[in-house]
Amino acid sequence: MTPFRLWVYLQTTPLFWLTATLAAFLVADALARAAHRHPLVNPVAIAIALLGALLKLAGTDYRTYFNGAQFVHFMLGPATVALGVPIYTNLALVKRNFLPLVASLLVGAVVAITAAVLVAKGLGAPRTVLIALAPKSITAGVAMAVTEGLGGPAPLTGVLVIATGILGAVIVTPLMNMLGVTDYAARGFAVGLASHGIGTARAFAVDPVAGVFAGLAMGLNAIVTPAVIPALLPWLIG
Amino acid sequence: MAMIRGFFILLVFQLVGEVVARGLALPAPGPVIGLALLVVALALFRRWRPFDEEALAASDLGHAARGLLAALPLLFVPAGVGVVQYLGLLRDQGLALAAALVVSTVATLIATVGVFLLVKRLVGGWEKA
Repeated sequence: MTPFRLWVYLQTTPLFWLTATLAAFLVADALARAAHRHPLVNPVAIAIALLGALLKLAGTDYRTYFNGAQFVHFMLGPATVALGVPIYTNLALVKRNFLPLVASLLVGAVVAITAAVLVAKGLGAPRTVLIALAPKSITAGVAMAVTEGLGGPAPLTGVLVIATGILGAVIVTPLMNMLGVTDYAARGFAVGLASHGIGTARAFAVDPVAGVFAGLAMGLNAIVTPAVIPALLPWLIG
Repeated sequence: MAMIRGFFILLVFQLVGEVVARGLALPAPGPVIGLALLVVALALFRRWRPFDEEALAASDLGHAARGLLAALPLLFVPAGVGVVQYLGLLRDQGLALAAALVVSTVATLIATVGVFLLVKRLVGGWEKA
């Protein structure tokens, strides 16, 4: 086999793109570590940029890529269940913060949907984009199901969800420091609510209590946002 | 076998969560129901056979959960790479989308943390009074 034909073969195999996904992430994470976990050096964003560039160079489409990467994507489900362990370990702390948690959950969920849809509408985004935008603060699988249920473009929601996750993970530390918030339960809850699992990953990297409350917010918002959107969206879009 | 047992427990809870979510047509996704069921199951198990935090961390489940959560950022990469399908849309609607995401993320973070701390202070005030 010539090197060229070998390459043509390799780039269609799941093995190659699965390996490339792990490689890109290891490089991105090494960069984040070298930057002392500076919020701007987000490993998820860097890995996505590296893989996106590689796909363009190789001329490979997303479907072929996802064939390999789906094994990583699948682990999101068990990882969500796994959040039950640290949440259980901190159950006393969760119970002590029960009322603040419920109140900020409801307000935060409504603010996330309303602000995103109104700003995009004001800047002239079409209706399908507004639908895709509404559930962007919740975890990818659920958000995409919500958009699909409303007849919107689910894959676009997937991308907006990841972008929101990275954005929240990048913004949260400087924003909370600027506001002088030192309560890590509150900080974690906010970033988990606004930015689901990527915010939760960031919260775990900063503080274990923040991580627990972020995981909790992500789980609860995955219940509240799909329940709120059908009532809120017609009213926002008009 | 330890790793397999731990991962098996997580998969079983996800599977049961999926069945409950679809069976009862709940708005919550399977993995989130699985998470809730796992917390309840741990609480019930502790009544039956007391264990402490360290024992949970050292268990097969504890190891599997910690390993998976350490890899959490990686798990979002495949969905994020989907952005390559939308480069055209991003060129046309990029400004509106970027503004919507930035404004709403900042507003959500501030609103959530603000209400959390406000209610916490109010509740603390009642408890002291």
